[in-house]
Amino acid sequence: MEILVIILAGILIGASVYLMLSKSLLRIIIGTGVLSHGILLMLLTMGGLKRGGIPVLDDSVQSYSDPLPQAMLLTVIVITFALTAYMLVIAIRVYKELGTDNVENMKGVPRDDD
Amino acid sequence: MTLIHFAILLPVIAAVFIGVLYRYYKDVHLGWFVLPVPVLIVAYLFTLIPTVSSNQVIFESMQFMPRIGMNFDVYIDGLSLLFAILISGIGALVVLYSIGYLSHYEKLGNFYVYLLIFMTAMLGVVLNDNVLMLYLFWELTSISSFLLIAFWFNRERSIYGAQKSMLITMFGGFLMLGGFISLSLITDTFSIRGMMEQIPAIQENALAPLAIILILFGAFTKSAQFPFYVWLPDAMEAPTPVSAYLHSATMVKAGLYVVARFTPLFAFSELWVWAILLIGLVTLVWAAFNAVKQDDLKAVLAFSTVSQLGLIMSLLGIGALGVHSGASEQVFTIAVVAAVFHLINHATFKGALFMIIGIVDHETGTRSLKRLGGLMTIMPISFTMTVITSLSMAGIPPFNGFLSKELFLEAMFSISEADFSVLADVSVLFPILAIVGSIFTLVYSIILIRGIFLGKTQPETPKEPKEAPMLMLISPIVLTVLVIVFGLFPNILSGTIIDPAAMGILNTSEPLNTEISHWHGWDSPALWGTVAIVVIGALMYLFRNTWMPVYRFGNKIFTINNLYDQGLMYSRLGAEKITDGYMSGYIRSYLVYIFTGFAVLAVITMINTDMTFEWDTASAITIPEVAIMLIILAALIAILVTASRMVSIIMFSVIGFSLSLLFVFFRAVDLALTQLAVEAILTSLFLLAFFHLPKRARHEERKRFRLNNMIISVAVGATSIIFGIAAYSNRLFDSISQFYIDNVYDLASGGNMVNVILVDFRGMDTLFETLVFGLAGLGVFILLRLRVNRKGENEFEEHA
Repeated sequence: MEILVIILAGILIGASVYLMLSKSLLRIIIGTGVLSHGILLMLLTMGGLKRGGIPVLDDSVQSYSDPLPQAMLLTVIVITFALTAYMLVIAIRVYKELGTDNVENMKGVPRDDD
Repeated sequence: MTLIHFAILLPVIAAVFIGVLYRYYKDVHLGWFVLPVPVLIVAYLFTLIPTVSSNQVIFESMQFMPRIGMNFDVYIDGLSLLFAILISGIGALVVLYSIGYLSHYEKLGNFYVYLLIFMTAMLGVVLNDNVLMLYLFWELTSISSFLLIAFWFNRERSIYGAQKSMLITMFGGFLMLGGFISLSLITDTFSIRGMMEQIPAIQENALAPLAIILILFGAFTKSAQFPFYVWLPDAMEAPTPVSAYLHSATMVKAGLYVVARFTPLFAFSELWVWAILLIGLVTLVWAAFNAVKQDDLKAVLAFSTVSQLGLIMSLLGIGALGVHSGASEQVFTIAVVAAVFHLINHATFKGALFMIIGIVDHETGTRSLKRLGGLMTIMPISFTMTVITSLSMAGIPPFNGFLSKELFLEAMFSISEADFSVLADVSVLFPILAIVGSIFTLVYSIILIRGIFLGKTQPETPKEPKEAPMLMLISPIVLTVLVIVFGLFPNILSGTIIDPAAMGILNTSEPLNTEISHWHGWDSPALWGTVAIVVIGALMYLFRNTWMPVYRFGNKIFTINNLYDQGLMYSRLGAEKITDGYMSGYIRSYLVYIFTGFAVLAVITMINTDMTFEWDTASAITIPEVAIMLIILAALIAILVTASRMVSIIMFSVIGFSLSLLFVFFRAVDLALTQLAVEAILTSLFLLAFFHLPKRARHEERKRFRLNNMIISVAVGATSIIFGIAAYSNRLFDSISQFYIDNVYDLASGGNMVNVILVDFRGMDTLFETLVFGLAGLGVFILLRLRVNRKGENEFEEHA
């Protein structure tokens, strides 16, 4: 199972690279989202999958899944969310100011002051 | 801090006061306040002469950075004292001269502050025993010289000259630092005297040739030797007192000082001897040859200075030969004496000549030889001094230049006695080169006298010519008198200054008892050399119109100046081209660099490490999970191929929600909950943003497939997979999670391990994660509300 998940995570990471290399801002943001998904999966798998019960104390359970990666990934999810939201708003602002969402056109050529 | 340290630092201390006070005393010329400083120093240094000429040395230590061995150690022997007296003595004369030369309208505060800094720097260079401190002062001379050359900073040529001299001397200075450091690696000390005690160790060490080359780079660039002399003619844009002081008498001799100082250390090396000897002679001939064609008076003097420095350098090379050929050591001692003597002579006549030319410039308004002439009757004092100093420069009796040139020729003729490498076979070449250089020296000396003072009076000089005020004449008169005195009575110098200096160069304590005589008898080859120089030089001057056209060959293109200019230009253009090449300004290019770098490094790591893969530890594969993973893959493919943004947003949330399902299967319930909530909010945010994004269908067209992007992303994905599996397969030790599982209730009174870890065991992470979240919210708010308009004023939009 783990090998399959790692392969899926790798595919997600590779696809995110492809998305990030495109021109459209939206696709770049989606690419970063996909990247974070891939990394989430990868990290979770590193701790081993399905090695026991849900990590909530229960007398009837002998072994639990590793709780540490889960705790870390929770932090990751929240931070990624904050970052993605922020990037989205930047994208909107950039589009409003520059009139384009094509990163190839964002070369920072100064506009004439009028 | 002793008196001698104070003497070295006195100019800088004075500079602080001058810089502060000069605004308040406008009535008196600032130079009068500066003048006592060098006078005091030179007076103090004269009191040291008896000690030094009785073959004692003075050593005073002051701690500066003792941990790294960088101490302000003053070491005074004959050589240091000679240079120090030259620096402060000529410094006093130059300050006096500048009072007449520079008017009240100039930025006198700047001028004297720079000049005083320079004075301290030079004294520091010549009086130091510690190479690190020597380097510190060395660079200070470069910097203050840079400031002085660019004194008239609104002139383009001044800036050009200052930059050029800065680049070249700094280049040499850095290399010299490298030489000092390799020397200290050999000897484990920064003290020059400490190094002298370890000469055998230096001789054996493989680093020694490197140290020699690097130190010589520093000396040759500073002393304007071939091919680094190019900065000196351009440094003539400085005010004339500066040219007289820095670029004839003191700074350009710093390189000579270093060569002389390190001669005892390196004389064993053939490399050292050959480099000094050959470069010195080439510089002598080449610069003398070039001086003849110059039109600007200061350019003539600049090339003349370069040529004379080459002469002294080659003499030091011959002096170093004395170490190799034991039998005829006495002969090569003469060369050292000649070097020291000519050093003094050059400082006197060249300083005077510069000052006179400054006077001519000041009183007629031009320095061009074409526009001058016939000033003999108008400026009789300047004329007399020019004749004396020029003839001394040319080596005509009875002036001091004659004596040192005689010694120079004698040394060159005696070179055949050297038992050194292949020198005996080519020894005939050296006197010839020396005589050729001297002939050209004579020619330009005559041109100098003839061009300014004899011939027709030129009516159209910018100013009405008249004799200079007495204030400006005092300094050149003093130097000219010295030229005559040293010429007639050279032995007042030999016992007091020259011998201790020569002993410093040779690092002996045996008295030399040099006698400099005017007459060596009819059989002296040097005499006939001088006769030949005078005769051929006079003939060449008379028939100059027939051979002067030789200068037109390759006049513009095949010059070192051109090489320097082109080199500077192409290094700039090349850097620009390289930077433009990879800094495209497109985010895509940079991402390509980053991802390619990642993939390449990953592949290299894979090749260099043994990776093992284990498959058997994996848990069982179950159908529902595989189904969800297939859904994720399908959504991913949809994102990659779709042209519609709406579809890609939906598919992106499909991935997110499937992920939370996967988390459920993987026994991560908190994760699944959070992922679900976050994905829901994120999807709505994307949809909100969607309506703010471009309405036009331009980007809705089908995405073009790009092979490059494909290759890079496949590479990144594949390497991630391989690394992931390898990392999973090679678990080095067990997880620390057992601690949390065991203690979650006992220590933290909780049942949900993930939550206890988040808020209890590792609560700090959560705190700052909250901060990140808050900051992002603040950022979103500001981005949506705040508008900074083009004038830079903030304003909040009425409707967000």
